[in-house]
Amino acid sequence: MRRAGVAADPSVAAAVADAHRNEWAFVFAATVRLTRDLDLAEECVQDAYAKALTAWASGGIPEKPGAWLTTVARRRAVDLIRREATLRRSLPLLLEDADELGRVPDGTDQPEDASHGIGDDRLRLIFTCCHPALSSEARVALTLRLVCGLSTAEVARAFLVSQPTMTARITRAKKKIAAARIPYRVPPADELPERTEAVLDVVNLLFTTGHTAPAGDELVRRDLVERALDLARMLRALLPKDAEVAELLALVLLTDARRNSRVDAEGRLVLLADQDRELWDREAIEEGTELVREALRWRPPGRFALMAAIAAVHAEAPTFEETDWAEIVGLYDLLVEAWPSPVVALNRAVAVGFAAGPAAGLVALAPLSAEPRLAGYGYLAAARADFLRQLGRADEARTQYEEALLLTENAPEREFLTTRLQQLGQ
Amino acid sequence: MAQYLILIYEDEATLHGPDEEGFEQHLDAHRAFRTDNAAVLRGSNALEPADTATSIRKDPSGGFAVTDAPFAETKEALAGYVLVETENLDEAIAVAKRLPVVSGGVEVRPVRVFG
Repeated sequence: MRRAGVAADPSVAAAVADAHRNEWAFVFAATVRLTRDLDLAEECVQDAYAKALTAWASGGIPEKPGAWLTTVARRRAVDLIRREATLRRSLPLLLEDADELGRVPDGTDQPEDASHGIGDDRLRLIFTCCHPALSSEARVALTLRLVCGLSTAEVARAFLVSQPTMTARITRAKKKIAAARIPYRVPPADELPERTEAVLDVVNLLFTTGHTAPAGDELVRRDLVERALDLARMLRALLPKDAEVAELLALVLLTDARRNSRVDAEGRLVLLADQDRELWDREAIEEGTELVREALRWRPPGRFALMAAIAAVHAEAPTFEETDWAEIVGLYDLLVEAWPSPVVALNRAVAVGFAAGPAAGLVALAPLSAEPRLAGYGYLAAARADFLRQLGRADEARTQYEEALLLTENAPEREFLTTRLQQLGQ
Repeated sequence: MAQYLILIYEDEATLHGPDEEGFEQHLDAHRAFRTDNAAVLRGSNALEPADTATSIRKDPSGGFAVTDAPFAETKEALAGYVLVETENLDEAIAVAKRLPVVSGGVEVRPVRVFG
């Protein structure tokens, strides 16, 4: 579609690709406000990107590509709306705020040039895609499709489902938005914290899925990680006073800063202890650390702030041995309190093992064996295996590595566990 | 006199299937039913398909769990209904949260509008 059949001039193709990555949400959100129909807006925006390939090749790349694309998409929308006015009357249209209702699009309705108006459009789109009345799967899929502009095939690949399955999921979600009258708007102040949390959950889920892919040949899914980072940055720009948004951006930056050291040249997994810290992205670490500091001043730290602070402690340690494990355990203690999740408890137990030795780590892990929500979670067995190995209890370690192997479909993780098993010998 | 809510259960795959002519006949039959029974009818509506439903339950921490699904707990039975008219789903959910519920929850389903 947009990348296939690219015009001969590579600089134009690159400009269109850049505009796709950076401006899609802006163009789409402004077009939806006019069409009040997600499918029609998609059609018009895709059409505008296709037109850009030829128009920019002959007329030059516009100074403001986003504004150019928005104008073209909206003009097309006005044409189609006029042509299909009768048909449209029977369609459920997206609901906007009361003052927007009943207005007939006439093409003079330009998206506001002031940055606040534009910002609101993108926020409207994000809050609609992440509405709590949609399933979690649908929220992530819609966000990738409509806010990030990924094709349905790309979204399907991201979640390892077939394209027809993803098409059905997205179609159903769009239908629910229209039929159930989920409003296309930024929620009122009293609902904002709860609704922002739902948006951040989507971004976080996207990031964690990309950071360590549940399956596949690569440890990291760069595409998903980068989309999550784009979204976190967009939210930070649109909601600059929201502490949780700053905290999530910090978490993403600080965690992703280690990306280049997490696998070796052959794509094999490298543990934190063995990572080349020279490869860490210092700029991202600096930005993330600054955000955490700022966020921690605002209010009692939330879960993202605490996780980001833990990542910052790792980032500050010149070597693995010099990591301030006591500080990390302390932060995990706060995190367990703020967010009592078995996965957090597991990470805390691992940190205890590094702070106080493998025997203490095993003791800290012990109560988690009874946790049903960790039954299918390979990292519990892997953590146990590692402490047992360090204590020289090879037979028990082997059993745990084998269990961990049964629980991951990620190729680099499997290879790592297999190597550990071989090193244990018979 | 007493009021009764009569609930209609249908196989959605058939009802919303490709047979548009059959569906039109079905609507006509409903119109006829309404005319013939006007004396006792107090209100009636078709609903949007179940996959447009949103369910709301109190969660143990005192907040609400809002989920994208019909209310399908087997131990609870339909105990009543409230028909509301609001601007959008958010407002309907806000009303739903104010409903007194002992142990179950409520489902918000858009009423179908025919063009």
